[in-house]
Amino acid sequence: MTSVSVLFDTPGPRARVRNTMISAATIAVVVAIAALIVAKLAGKGQLTAAKWKPFLTADLWRTYVLPGIAGTLTAAALSIVLALILGLLLGVGRLSPHAAIRRPCAVIVEFFRAVPVLIMMIFAYFLFALYDMFPSKYLALAGVVTGLTLYNGAVIAEIVRSGVGSLPRGQQEAASALGLSWGQTMRSILLPQAITSMLPVLVSQLVVALKDTAIGYQITFVEMVRQGTVIGSTYGNYVPALIVIAVLMIGVNFALSAAATRLERRLSSSRRATQPLEGAAIKQGGAPSALIEPGD
Amino acid sequence: MEIFTEYRDLIAEAFWTTIQLTVFSAIGALILGTALAAMRLAPVPVLNWLGAAYVNVVRNTPLTLVILFCSFGLAQTLGVTLVDPKSPTSITDSNFRLAVLGLTLYTASFVCETLRSGVNTVPLGQAEAARSLGFTFSQNLRIVLLPQAFRAVIIPLGSVVIALIKNTTIASAIGVAEAALLMKEMIENTAALLVVGAIFAVGFVALTLPVGLLFGWLNKRLAVARQ
Repeated sequence: MTSVSVLFDTPGPRARVRNTMISAATIAVVVAIAALIVAKLAGKGQLTAAKWKPFLTADLWRTYVLPGIAGTLTAAALSIVLALILGLLLGVGRLSPHAAIRRPCAVIVEFFRAVPVLIMMIFAYFLFALYDMFPSKYLALAGVVTGLTLYNGAVIAEIVRSGVGSLPRGQQEAASALGLSWGQTMRSILLPQAITSMLPVLVSQLVVALKDTAIGYQITFVEMVRQGTVIGSTYGNYVPALIVIAVLMIGVNFALSAAATRLERRLSSSRRATQPLEGAAIKQGGAPSALIEPGD
Repeated sequence: MEIFTEYRDLIAEAFWTTIQLTVFSAIGALILGTALAAMRLAPVPVLNWLGAAYVNVVRNTPLTLVILFCSFGLAQTLGVTLVDPKSPTSITDSNFRLAVLGLTLYTASFVCETLRSGVNTVPLGQAEAARSLGFTFSQNLRIVLLPQAFRAVIIPLGSVVIALIKNTTIASAIGVAEAALLMKEMIENTAALLVVGAIFAVGFVALTLPVGLLFGWLNKRLAVARQ
């Protein structure tokens, strides 16, 4: 944010005093709220060592947390890989010169962006159960991966489309002038350049997928949030359990967001590579997280 | 089709709850998000830091966790139920209000970031002109920057609202009787998977499509024309 300094004058002596007073008041309010919460938690006995001690035992991590982390990462990894494939197909399909391919792809993309992920997960879960398509152990995983793949695939299709759209027109014109077919132009000219510029947005989409695995909570999928509530009911420490899970989740997502920002900076600083796509340039019906550049 | 006629009232009720969740959370998120954006832009470093911390923490937390935190943490552990415990519908009301709170807290972080990117689209000359006229930061923000920023981010704000409509389904995690919860019940009771799936998919398309069109129309009417 370089424009911040433009929004206000450099503070003079009076403004500095006022800003210090506002700072002090803010800190006082935050401390007061924090103290109130801590006091209330302590009043309910949530801050006693007994509530937190289980987190220091290997047993709790082995039985509850690690399977949760494994579930979250498996679902996120599977669905992002499948979503990349689906998104590439749908995105290229939407750019096809044939209306017979373009229109159905557009309808599919718009549909899966408009329907909530949870609705798709519930539907897929019961569909797989009804036709006995997966062993019951993997039923919830299959439901979560299907829901996430369809949604993220539709979003990635839009990322692909705007990635190709952001390339200079001359690229395609040069390819036509050389006599390359549409497929050849796509494969060897447009997509390789577009994918480089799409990388940061794709990494932020990974954060969305990782966060959305938690929606699987509702179809009994074993992921981090569900394991947090299981710990809470086993040890009677809901608040500490959910705080620990939140810290783990925020840590992973924050690292991924930071990686996306770094990637974006590296791409825009190297002169040879194509410019990275602006996150905000992509019109997303869906998760707003991908539409905003990760914070500073 | 019999399923639809049989469940018509319940479906209408469930989608009405979805709409209510959306409207209340959208209003809350707009207010809180604007306040957060003002904090992130303000000349006071403590406010910047606080706003940034809020956005980064909330945006990286799954919504399911935020809503469960409201229910398990606030209501069950701390006793903050947001309702009068003597009222006959206190449990339903409490869950609904906690869900609105969770959705508001979560969506506000996206509203904040959207608005902040909107302020970035306002040409520097506008802020400079305001300063040279002797506007204070808050006057600058209220009279010059935010009105233009809002008009620049109508389409992204529409995306946030559409995401919010879809996110209200997650309120079923704490038992709010909205569309996703009814869908699960109907599948279990009727076993007519395809029909039920189609009803709810169409229902959500019918909710999100007009919102997208409305914001597109608003954008055409209100967007700031720049050369």
